[in-house]
Amino acid sequence: MISEHTAHGQSPGDYIVHHLTHLTRHTLADSSAKPQGGIIDWSVVNYDTLFFSASLGLLTVFLLWLGARKATSGAPGRFQGCVEVLVEMVANQAKGIVHSPESRRFVAPLALTVFLWIFFMNAMDLLPVDGLPWLWQTAMNNPHIQLRVVPTADLSATFGMSVGVLLLCIFYNIKIKGMAGWVHELFTTPFGSHPLLWPVNLIMQIIEFGAKTISHGMRLFGNMYAGELLFMLIALLGGAWTGYNAGSIMLGIAQVVAGLAWAIFHILIITLQAFIFMMLALVYIGQAHEGH
Amino acid sequence: MNINATLFIQCIVFALLGLFTMKFVWPPIEKALDERAKKIADGLAAADKAKTDLALAEKRAVEELRKARESAGDVRASAERNASQLVEDARAEATHIIAQARQAAEAEAGLAAQHAKDELRDQIAMLAIAGAEKILRREINPQVHAELLANLKQELQ
Repeated sequence: MISEHTAHGQSPGDYIVHHLTHLTRHTLADSSAKPQGGIIDWSVVNYDTLFFSASLGLLTVFLLWLGARKATSGAPGRFQGCVEVLVEMVANQAKGIVHSPESRRFVAPLALTVFLWIFFMNAMDLLPVDGLPWLWQTAMNNPHIQLRVVPTADLSATFGMSVGVLLLCIFYNIKIKGMAGWVHELFTTPFGSHPLLWPVNLIMQIIEFGAKTISHGMRLFGNMYAGELLFMLIALLGGAWTGYNAGSIMLGIAQVVAGLAWAIFHILIITLQAFIFMMLALVYIGQAHEGH
Repeated sequence: MNINATLFIQCIVFALLGLFTMKFVWPPIEKALDERAKKIADGLAAADKAKTDLALAEKRAVEELRKARESAGDVRASAERNASQLVEDARAEATHIIAQARQAAEAEAGLAAQHAKDELRDQIAMLAIAGAEKILRREINPQVHAELLANLKQELQ
């Protein structure tokens, strides 16, 4: 059955492109729907990103809820201990960065959820890169249908989160400094309050907010996209299988070694990237609480 | 392209990754969590023990205090008893001594009176004899008239 699907002679290039194409209305069945027009095309929805990010988000809050529900003041079991360690870690980081206890009541749990959510989304990278797509193709009985399982390797998802952080920053800027105070800051920092410097300051502030948000989303996306791409390239080694001959077997062994090495290294990357995203969200929100 | 083969190898890699995680990633995390749980359990147990110890110590302190108060009361009561006993004894002894002294004095006084009486009687007897001698102008031999004199003495008594 698989061979029937794979017998259509994909080239390595086709394979990569297929794997990097999102499941949209266009690719799902309705070829009359427009494909993605450019870098920004608001008419397209990536169903796969939506599905996996939403289900992993639900998994995250479910696990945290489970940890909270079973919480006792006595000695914790392993699961509760794990949740406690995470909560403690995030609470400590938040305490060091956001100096408003009132804001922390919202920001710290948000950071914890973001950290775990991104960790789970990143961890989708560790699953066999053809595994879920193959299941999906088999289930849909359509060997061409796309599926990308790593939501954080989709720029829309990471920008969605970083823009969310930007909105929170603006909200806290206004809440802490007041509308007038924030506007005053926009025009008078970082260079000074001379009227001639107002436009320069404003442009600088806009660049700063833009750069923060874009780098925030891009960093996570770039890491996960590159990781996913590398998994696909490694998968091409075994994809070159032509039968039981020395070359194919060598390539197969190379795939096992390279895949395992990259997967082990990726455990570090997915955790680190989730942590970095959470920390930067805290730092940006913390900056919104302080004057320049 | 042969997705069949690469997917198969991907699954091998995934299984190996699972083994790796099981062997090298999970145990340290598990150990850390267990250690943390143990530390918390130990801390809670120590706190519990301290609490019961404190309660015990408090109870013992109250007990000791009660005992001390009791024994102080005992000591005071026995001291009071001793003192009153002493006073009582002293009083009894004093009474005794006084009685003895009075008795001795009385005895002495009686003796002295007796002595004086005897002496007086003797002298009166002598006086009477001398008087009688003078009256009778004759000598009376005391040896011969001893019976007479004794009778006289008896009468004078």
